[in-house]
Amino acid sequence: MLWNFKTDRPIYTQLLEQIQMRIISGVYPPGSQLLSVRELAAEAAVNPNTMQRALAELERMELVYTKRTAGRFITGDMEKIEECKNSLVIAQVEEFCERMKQFGLTEEEVELLLKKQFEVKK
Amino acid sequence: MDTIADNDKRVVPTTENILECVGLSKYFGAKHALEDITLKLPRGKIIGLLGPNGSGKSTFIKLIEGLLTPTKGNLLIAGNPVGVETKKIVAYLPERTYLNNWMNVEQMVDFFADFYENFSKEKAYHMLQRLQINPSDRLKTMSKGTKEKVQLILVMSREADLYLLDEPIGGVDPAARDYILNTIITNYNPKGTILISTHLITDIEQVLDEAVMIQQGKLMIHKSVDEIRAEEGKSVDALFREVFRC
Repeated sequence: MLWNFKTDRPIYTQLLEQIQMRIISGVYPPGSQLLSVRELAAEAAVNPNTMQRALAELERMELVYTKRTAGRFITGDMEKIEECKNSLVIAQVEEFCERMKQFGLTEEEVELLLKKQFEVKK
Repeated sequence: MDTIADNDKRVVPTTENILECVGLSKYFGAKHALEDITLKLPRGKIIGLLGPNGSGKSTFIKLIEGLLTPTKGNLLIAGNPVGVETKKIVAYLPERTYLNNWMNVEQMVDFFADFYENFSKEKAYHMLQRLQINPSDRLKTMSKGTKEKVQLILVMSREADLYLLDEPIGGVDPAARDYILNTIITNYNPKGTILISTHLITDIEQVLDEAVMIQQGKLMIHKSVDEIRAEEGKSVDALFREVFRC
C-alpha cells in the first residue's frame, strides 16, 4: 500500500484517512505496533509534525494508543475498528449519492444502475 | 503543544520563536530588495520561503546569516541580534558552491568539524555513504549535482537551531532529491527549524509545515500549508502559479 496525496486537500486529512484505511484493511493489524512518528513521516514523505497531528487525532478516536515507554499501538478493540469502517463507508456512500444527484439521477435509477453493476461483476 | 519527541529525551522549548523580525528592510540604492517584513518563525518547523525570481528570498536569507546588514528594522534569532552567537546556531547553505576545489570530501569534513562545535562527522559520513559519494574524491572532479549534495550534507550534519537552505534541490536528480528530503525529515532536531527557499514547490510541499510567500520584497502570505490547501482547495504550488502569474 503506497502513500498517495492529492494536491487539492490538506495532507493532514489525507493522512488520517489513509492510516484509517490501513487499520481497517488489516495492513496494520489490531494490537500491532506502529513505527515511530519520524519513520512513518519518512515513509510517507510528509512533515513529521503533520504525521504527529494525524496520530494524535487517531489516538483521540481511540484507534491508536500509546504505551508510555514502548511506543504506539493499533487498538485491539475490534468494535472500534468496525465503527470506523462503518463511518467511512457511509461517508463514501453519501458522497456517491450526492454525485448521482448532481448527474440528475433519481433514487430508482441509481438503484437500477447498482444492481446492473453487481450483475456484471458476477 | 505536541512535539515530535517520540523517543527523544531532549527538552523542547516550544514557546520561543527561532526567528522574529519587525519591519525588516534592505535597500540596494534605489532598489528595495526587502520592504517591511514582519514575521515570526516558530521552532521545530520546516518552512518554505517561496517567491518568483528576484523577489528577495536570498536577500532575506543573507540578512539572517549576517552576510548583509538591514537598512531598517529588527531581526532576532533565538532572541539574539545577528552576530557570533547566532552564527553558531545557524547552518547556511548558499545558492552557490563555495567549497575549495582542491580539497577532497574527507578534508572538507575535517574542515567543517574544526569550524563548528555542533558538526557531527558520523552523520556526514553516513549520508555520504548513502549517496554513494567517495570521501577521497576531490571536489574538482565532481559534477555540479554531486558538489551540491556534498555541500548539503555538510550543512545538515550540523546540529543547528536554524537551517537556511537556499535552493537546496535545484541541481540534483529526482532520486537524490527524494533522499535529501528524507534526510531533512529524519535528521532535523525538534528544536530546530528549517527554512528552505525554492521554486520547486511540488517537490517539497508535502514536507513543509508553513509557507512564506514574498513578492517584490514584500510579505504576501505566511500560513500553514494545510491551511492554504483547506482554504483555497488547491496546492501551494497551484496557488503560487496563480498569485505570480506572468
